[in-house]
Amino acid sequence: MLQAYRDRHFSASETAQQILYVRSPGAIKRLALSFDAVAADLYWIRAIQYYGGTRLSADPDKRYDLLHPLLDLTTSLDPQFATAYRFGAFFLSDRPPGGAGRPDLAIALLRKAMAANPERWEYPYDIGFVYYRDAQYQEAAGWFQRASKVPGAAEWLEPLAAVTLATGGNLQASRVLWQNLLTNSDQDWLRQTAERRLQQLDALDIIRQLEALTAEYGRRRGTPPPTWQALIADGALRDVPRDPAGYPYVLTPGGKVVNVDNKSPLWPLPTEQAP
Amino acid sequence: MRATLLVALHVFRDSVRDKVLYSIVAFAVLLMATSFLIGQLTAGQDAKIIKDLGLAAMSLFGLFIAVFIGIGLVSREIERRSIYAMLAKPVRRHEFIVGKYLGLVGTLLVNLTVMTAAYYAVLLYMAFTLPESAFAGRPAAMDPRLLIAIALIGAELALVTAVALFWSTFSSSALLSAALTAGLWVAGQFGSDLRNFDQVVQSPAAVALARGLYHVLPNFSAFDVKMQVVNGLPVGAGYVAVTLGYAVVYIAMLIVAAVLIFSRRDFK
Repeated sequence: MLQAYRDRHFSASETAQQILYVRSPGAIKRLALSFDAVAADLYWIRAIQYYGGTRLSADPDKRYDLLHPLLDLTTSLDPQFATAYRFGAFFLSDRPPGGAGRPDLAIALLRKAMAANPERWEYPYDIGFVYYRDAQYQEAAGWFQRASKVPGAAEWLEPLAAVTLATGGNLQASRVLWQNLLTNSDQDWLRQTAERRLQQLDALDIIRQLEALTAEYGRRRGTPPPTWQALIADGALRDVPRDPAGYPYVLTPGGKVVNVDNKSPLWPLPTEQAP
Repeated sequence: MRATLLVALHVFRDSVRDKVLYSIVAFAVLLMATSFLIGQLTAGQDAKIIKDLGLAAMSLFGLFIAVFIGIGLVSREIERRSIYAMLAKPVRRHEFIVGKYLGLVGTLLVNLTVMTAAYYAVLLYMAFTLPESAFAGRPAAMDPRLLIAIALIGAELALVTAVALFWSTFSSSALLSAALTAGLWVAGQFGSDLRNFDQVVQSPAAVALARGLYHVLPNFSAFDVKMQVVNGLPVGAGYVAVTLGYAVVYIAMLIVAAVLIFSRRDFK
């Protein structure tokens, strides 16, 4: 009762700075004795809660400083913890506010995964994916090629390496990568992310088509369309265009379709240069 | 032989009557069930975490039982002075020691069996309720290879019991016996560090001492294959056989030592 009263009438204290008391993987492995698998699971849960809490926070400057140390400890305690490597790499390399924006740490984590699990093709593939998202297409193609050489690797890796080398950075190449993830990943969260990315690529395609319509309107009328209603009245559209998530596209006064609505789950869209 | 089995049965009944045992087993079963709730926080890792938590709970609670009941196997009889009545009967001292050991190991085996049944019941529930993607690319929920880890946990606990019994035969302080048993278990987790001591120190004497300790101390880390089985990595039959053989030999040595010490004790 006293606790409930206190919670109702007194403001919560400032969130304590997140601290990792033990950062050394060697030390934590020894402290865990024969319970390293459970300790890895606890650090994993902590990493998930830390990532989710930071991502959903109202802080405009989202920093994920503890994400890599937590994942490093998790994977040091359990070197076969595949999801920790792959999840970690994905969100370490993702740009803020969705991730830490640290592809270097993502690659370091995946190299650690490869050292512990050389029989898995997924890790060199993931390194290629990190390079791809960082717009380093030659490196990406090299890693996809390397992944394709691992016994038991997926058959689509070698063609993917070729496509990346030939057309890296192109939205179609991105679509191939994300479609492969959607079809072949065994992780729900990764499939959901791939689905969202594909919807974002669809949105980018639609934005191009809409900008062609607004440009055509501008050429005929001498002024860009002020609103979607102008295009509807002109017969170019039947209704206000909506993104794959159902939110209306934003039309600026200059007739440029800037983006999806910032309330849309697809916001922000990736750029052509860094899909 | 008959006297040994009677002592073992007496120890088993005593342990089963001990309320502490029920609460430990109940807690372990509850932990395994609630681990399913913890699994909701884990971004699709429910199956792995429940398996890890269940095996760890079996190991930890078995350890508590082995240590806290093991240290009192002989010393409690001496404290209560019931040892005089026991030795007045046609029970030889070695039958007494071996009977005590078998009784507690029997108790541990029964507890481990109950925990294993509860563990697989939780895993069966998971197999029906979690989506197929939770197990894609990973071992099945009801993976029979988990029994390998459980068997080695049982062997580890049998060895811890032998250690606790050994201390109990001559140490009059239960706290000291518990500390020595737990200390030996902790030291036994650092086998690889002792073996590779030459990589961190230059002194040949220190390296030789560490190597000597590595060979003398019970190597409890060898029984830990929990991570391998949960991740679906193979654990060879040869490795299991050698490790079980190691446990049998070490237990035999500790029991013989306990019998020798107990035989020479004068209870007058």
